[in-house]
Amino acid sequence: MSLRKLNFHPCGNYKESYFQELSIFQTDFGRLWSVIGLIVLFAVVPFLSGPYTLYIINTIGIASIAAIGLNILIGMTGQISLGHGAFLGVGAYAGAVLATSANLPFYRAIPAAGLVTAMVGMVFGIPSGRLKGLYLTIATLAGQFIIEYILIHWEGVTRGTMGITLPSPEVIGIEISGDLSFFYIIFIALAALTWGAVNLARTRHGRAFIAIRDNDRAAEGMGIPVFRFKLLSFGISSFYAGVAGAIWAYYMVSVTTEPFSLTLSVEYIAMVIIGGLGSISGSIFGAAFITILNELLRYLTDYLMNSGGIAGMELNFAPIRELVFGLAIVLFILTEPKGLAEVWRITRSSFKLWPFSY
Amino acid sequence: MDFFLQLLVNGLSVGFLYGISAMGFVMIFKSSSVLNFAHGEILALGGFIFLALVVSAEVPVIPAFLLTLCASFALGFVIERLFLRPLIGEPLIEVVMLTVGLASVLKGFMLLVWGGNLHTYPDFLPGWLELNWHSIQVAPVYTASFLVGISFLVVFGLFFKYSSQGIYMRSVADNQTAALSLGVHVKKVFALSWAIAAMVAALSGIILGIMNGINVHELSSVGLKVFPVVILGGLDSIGGAIIGGLIIGLLETFTGGYVSTSLKDVVPYVALVFILLIKPYGLFGLVEIERV
Repeated sequence: MSLRKLNFHPCGNYKESYFQELSIFQTDFGRLWSVIGLIVLFAVVPFLSGPYTLYIINTIGIASIAAIGLNILIGMTGQISLGHGAFLGVGAYAGAVLATSANLPFYRAIPAAGLVTAMVGMVFGIPSGRLKGLYLTIATLAGQFIIEYILIHWEGVTRGTMGITLPSPEVIGIEISGDLSFFYIIFIALAALTWGAVNLARTRHGRAFIAIRDNDRAAEGMGIPVFRFKLLSFGISSFYAGVAGAIWAYYMVSVTTEPFSLTLSVEYIAMVIIGGLGSISGSIFGAAFITILNELLRYLTDYLMNSGGIAGMELNFAPIRELVFGLAIVLFILTEPKGLAEVWRITRSSFKLWPFSY
Repeated sequence: MDFFLQLLVNGLSVGFLYGISAMGFVMIFKSSSVLNFAHGEILALGGFIFLALVVSAEVPVIPAFLLTLCASFALGFVIERLFLRPLIGEPLIEVVMLTVGLASVLKGFMLLVWGGNLHTYPDFLPGWLELNWHSIQVAPVYTASFLVGISFLVVFGLFFKYSSQGIYMRSVADNQTAALSLGVHVKKVFALSWAIAAMVAALSGIILGIMNGINVHELSSVGLKVFPVVILGGLDSIGGAIIGGLIIGLLETFTGGYVSTSLKDVVPYVALVFILLIKPYGLFGLVEIERV
């Protein structure tokens, strides 16, 4: 019995079957590196980083989950949604209500919140049956405002502007709190959902999504029930948002309506664009980029305020953040429209091909 | 009854303003199919340029007004040249996101320069503009906005109907490829439509500023309220924008007056969803026919 021959990068395109084309790992080293990456992520990273770094890593993880969801909708299915922030809010509130009123443990409350959000997302995806392109974008914008209004004014369930405080999650009687334990909750969820998203692209459903993105009329002609698949895409995307929202609610201990505004939706679209449309790893890059940018700007403005040089000026965080954030989006679209995923691919292949770069 | 009539008058005046704000938006969409999310910010910037000229530089009102319009015209031109032109032919979402990013940049800039507080213009409208009829009052700013708005509509109507540039713009809106092959300079038309749209936006920014005071957040949120208006009227119909504006204005004022003030802001969007479901291309919009 001999071992299978190791797969290396071939010096050309020698794929013989569709299965080879679909494979996630081109070489055995790719598989090895991703296993090593996971081990490092779970066993080394949380113990090397301080509480503040860990907090940022956790925030990136949560943002990545939601960004992957949005990328399934925008990048894979081609439906531009401006309501993702509101779906995150639905997930957060669903998680909070399920955890407090229904007393569900967190490992049930979080997926259940995802399912609730998926339903809501499908309801707001109904206009996609008749609309496409910009008209659909405007419909989702309306969805954002309507959900926001409901979250604020349905006081019987959401307690209005008061917010809901969540209990700490428990596993077999042991209370989970602190950044370290949340790190595991967040990143196990992220790993599972990333696995799901990467494999979704390889199923017939994923291929149907891509067909709808590329030409919905042709897709319909090929026998894909377009409306049903658009709804499914809205559902899956909102499920991701709901899970992210529910974890966020647990992590932040209390939820209020403020964060889930149009600004958040725009931030998520920015993540998807900056990361790379239709690329799962791109969503994570984008989430990391935007989160770190936010933190850097906050740090910078704090530093400028405390250094006293311009103490007389009324300088606060919001305008600079707004300015730099917008500039980042504009520059990325103008210079690298395929996003960080493309930058990463170029860097990697230039290493791979070194020193003969062509 | 008086309450009803007063609401009617208010609704129509607010709606007329929405209509004028939406006009610039429709103009851009019609000629270059770009959904401009930065419209509210361009509108607010117009208001602030006027503020800077009138209050800080103490320019008399009428030259300041004309200067603001010129500055916004130039601004629209520059925005198209720097940001939109490289994206001709790129996917929809990139263009949309570019305007979103632009909105963010402009908003941040305005917040840095003027801060988030409420500013007001000095009172310069003559008193004879105030109309009284029985118990119904029409504030001078409403009359002024109506007069200015109507004159702009007439000027643009004539411009589109008779001037050669206007005819070029209409031809590009009608069929870009055909216009291109007949020798119309399409890029110039795009630039011109952005410039004119920014100018109209600045005009509505000034009027809204006189009415409610100038605040970055308030004025830029008008850019979002434009969406229900244009969807109702049809994304590519200028006349539809005015009528859509009137309907949305009335809807908003009556909901605020009779139902609840908090519902006022969300009602246009609820209406929007229903319009989209029932009549996706609006009242006067062009129905797109697609082929594979």
